[in-house]
Amino acid sequence: MKRQSPSTESSTESRTAQILLIALALAFLAFFLMLPLIAVFSEALKQGLAPFLDAVSNPDALSAIRLTLIIAAISVPLNMVFGLAASWAITKFSFPGKNLLLTLIDLPFSVSPVVSGLIFVLLFGAQGLLGPWLSAHGLKIIFAVPGIILATVFITFPFVARELIPLMMEQGKDDEEAALSLGASGWQTFWHVTLPNIRWGLLYGVLLCNARAMGEFGAVSVVSGHIRGETNTMPLHVEILYNEYDFVGAFAVASLLAALALVTLVLKTVLEWRFDLHSGARH
Amino acid sequence: MPSMTTRKARWRAPSVLPGFGLTFGFSLAWLSLIVLIPLSTLFLKSAGMGWQAFVDVGFSERALTAYRLSFGTAIAAAFVNAVFGLLVAWVLVRYEFPGKRVISALVDLPFALPTAVAGIALTALYAPSGWVGQYLDPLGIKVAFTPIGITVALVFIGLPFVVRSVEPVLADLGKDVEEAAATLGASRAQTFARVIFPAILPALFTGFALAFARGVGEYGSVIFISGNMPGRTEIAPLLIVTQLEQYNYNGATAIAMVMMLVSFAVLFTLNALQSIRRRRLGA
Amino acid sequence: MNAGTLNRRLFLSVAAAGALAVSLAGCSGGKSGNSVEITNVSYDPTRELYQAVNPAFAAYWKKKTGQDVTFRMSHGGSGKQSRAVIDGLEADVATLALAYDIDVIAEKAKLLPADWQKALPDNSSPYTSTIVFLVRKGNPKAIRDWNDLVKPGVQVITPNPKTSGGARWNFLAAWAYGRKAGGSDAAAEAYVKRLFAQVPVLDSGARGATTTFVERGIGDVLLAWENEALLAEKKLGAGKFEIVVPSISVLAEPPVAVIANNAKKHGTEAVSKAYLEYLYTPEAQVAIARNFYRPSDPKIAEQFAGQFPKLNLTTIDKDFGGWTKAQKTFFDDGGVFDRIYAKK
Repeated sequence: MKRQSPSTESSTESRTAQILLIALALAFLAFFLMLPLIAVFSEALKQGLAPFLDAVSNPDALSAIRLTLIIAAISVPLNMVFGLAASWAITKFSFPGKNLLLTLIDLPFSVSPVVSGLIFVLLFGAQGLLGPWLSAHGLKIIFAVPGIILATVFITFPFVARELIPLMMEQGKDDEEAALSLGASGWQTFWHVTLPNIRWGLLYGVLLCNARAMGEFGAVSVVSGHIRGETNTMPLHVEILYNEYDFVGAFAVASLLAALALVTLVLKTVLEWRFDLHSGARH
Repeated sequence: MPSMTTRKARWRAPSVLPGFGLTFGFSLAWLSLIVLIPLSTLFLKSAGMGWQAFVDVGFSERALTAYRLSFGTAIAAAFVNAVFGLLVAWVLVRYEFPGKRVISALVDLPFALPTAVAGIALTALYAPSGWVGQYLDPLGIKVAFTPIGITVALVFIGLPFVVRSVEPVLADLGKDVEEAAATLGASRAQTFARVIFPAILPALFTGFALAFARGVGEYGSVIFISGNMPGRTEIAPLLIVTQLEQYNYNGATAIAMVMMLVSFAVLFTLNALQSIRRRRLGA
Repeated sequence: MNAGTLNRRLFLSVAAAGALAVSLAGCSGGKSGNSVEITNVSYDPTRELYQAVNPAFAAYWKKKTGQDVTFRMSHGGSGKQSRAVIDGLEADVATLALAYDIDVIAEKAKLLPADWQKALPDNSSPYTSTIVFLVRKGNPKAIRDWNDLVKPGVQVITPNPKTSGGARWNFLAAWAYGRKAGGSDAAAEAYVKRLFAQVPVLDSGARGATTTFVERGIGDVLLAWENEALLAEKKLGAGKFEIVVPSISVLAEPPVAVIANNAKKHGTEAVSKAYLEYLYTPEAQVAIARNFYRPSDPKIAEQFAGQFPKLNLTTIDKDFGGWTKAQKTFFDDGGVFDRIYAKK
């Protein structure tokens, strides 16, 4: 809501400085972001559109796409709810051990993806702590979809919380306290005061979480079992194709993953537009 | 859990806002379930191997070399990302230029692209015969299969963390303060240094810490570009995989533990520094 | 009350997610009615091979018993696949790169008898391969044998023996040459040390190394499985590479085994056993040869003699005392491979 359109006020840089900064940022992005992407897309389309379409409409690819979408659809909302709860508790209250809690939330980032998969194998694998019990009850977690979901939730655990905490800290709790003193209930306060304030942070958090949930390779690779058409997610399918020397197919599925992340661009634009309209109408 | 709320209410500072018991309790439960219990298997496994064996694997000369490489490249990459990520976030929030929306969406892509694909694409670019590598090679600059290559991969992997951490805070930061500063005669540089920068510093710290933590553990993209030469470009997560290949789960968890504890210490220090800073500002 | 609402929503979403996960997990494996499903856990380079063999076996089995067979294929690095089976991936059959990886399944998870390798002919290896050199067209560095690899200016590409089964075969083949040429283990170690000094990149897997050599254009010679080298020469970069067969190499025996306890649990013992035995039939042996593996059937091998030149082959059991010993001596922590990279 406080998003600024370009202004010519005294509080901004000269146009020359702006252009310089934009150029610098774009040059950096070109080298570190665009070039790898262009490389992926150009590999994918090297032999034209037909092999690209073949690769992404192959039954194994379709089942991988379906699985990836299911997994993102389950793990992202779970982490979103957690992120909202955790950032509310951490930023609106003060209690001892807060730094410890914050750091524990960050922990999944500091664990190598290889290890993130390994811990679930140690827990649920046949030789693991709960393995014999699970096996006796005919339950499968590892090398099946629940294991992939667990690993994905673990990997993407901190995203929403980490996005919201600095933002909500910066905002403080004055708005909420004012709302409460005006007689709003806690839930109303959250819904009408906090949520509009944090919506951009929340959106970024969810987008990042979603992107990472779809793209995660290392941890999922450990717990998936790589069964074709069954427990292969898109990133795993990419690896398979690459290892079959089907470079066009591999990069085609990879660029499809990238394109799925770009769908969020549309989503974001729509949301921005709706929110702007909304807040504009309220003023 | 009302009893919990009242008990908590005693040790935390009083607040008029509701929902502490619910959000704190839920956060803690979810954190335990997804992160702490699975990670505790690492402690159990490495505790079972005895101190001497733990030191032999976890602190072997080879492991120490690998830690130095992993932590060194991760810090370098996080630093690059902090500087350029801030620039990118600034440009995206404050300025208008054609193609801004597309650029903004592209920032998330390093998460969506499977890490292996990123590694393959970067290696293709920076190998001596690659698009970029062929121009660097005659200059004597080797990127692929050196620590520089690892850093390049980690910059790619970590960029979204910084941009997306800083962006919402920057967007939320009203221009009124800056305008006030400008009215009071502050130069643009002074306004940035004294008003804007302190406000976004926590978010920048967060972004730096997360990019760093992620970089330390990264495996999928790095193994393609690093060359994996023992003692020179062998990253710590590769050593974990090496231990697993020997069916030495204990050894793998020992290295994982060391890495996790160091990352934890770094993240905890950063979080603590921030809260000290905040308290000082608040006072 | 507000808290209650949030609680209920949370509960609902978690419950829905859980239910979905369980229902997804519910559908897997085993025998039902007149169809049967085999899970084959294999390593990377056998994809094309089993894509050819599986439908043929399905037709054979249908004719013989009237039962439909479907396959669940899992491919990955051999060691990783072996760990997955140990940790609970319920394979009916394992078709891996080296006997050690199945030995470990027998030893750690006790899913099959320790003497599994006697269950089928030829050490349970229906196909074999060996390590050869792949060089660039015209062989510009004139590489004929192992001693040419350590000439100044020759770059050798091999994956990392610490993470790749194929790379271990490469290492042992080089060792066998070093020992034969120098007459002692010390000479062999000196040779492999010189060899690995010429290696600019150690990819984590065999196919990664092939890509480095073929796609990135790095290196003068690739040490590779014969089947991979033939694939690269004939399909990947037709006309751009040549195979050089060295004077001595190692006989690579990728073994196959029924994972007895899993097959029993799924009721697939008979079909799993028949599946592996089928690999020894002439039809399957031809498919094997077409996928560039050396057939174990001498008659079929004769037919494809042009593709598979004869060379002096050492074996793991005879010359290295078996995989368990070789793994410990050469590739475990502190073994020979670590030693040749240790700082002086």
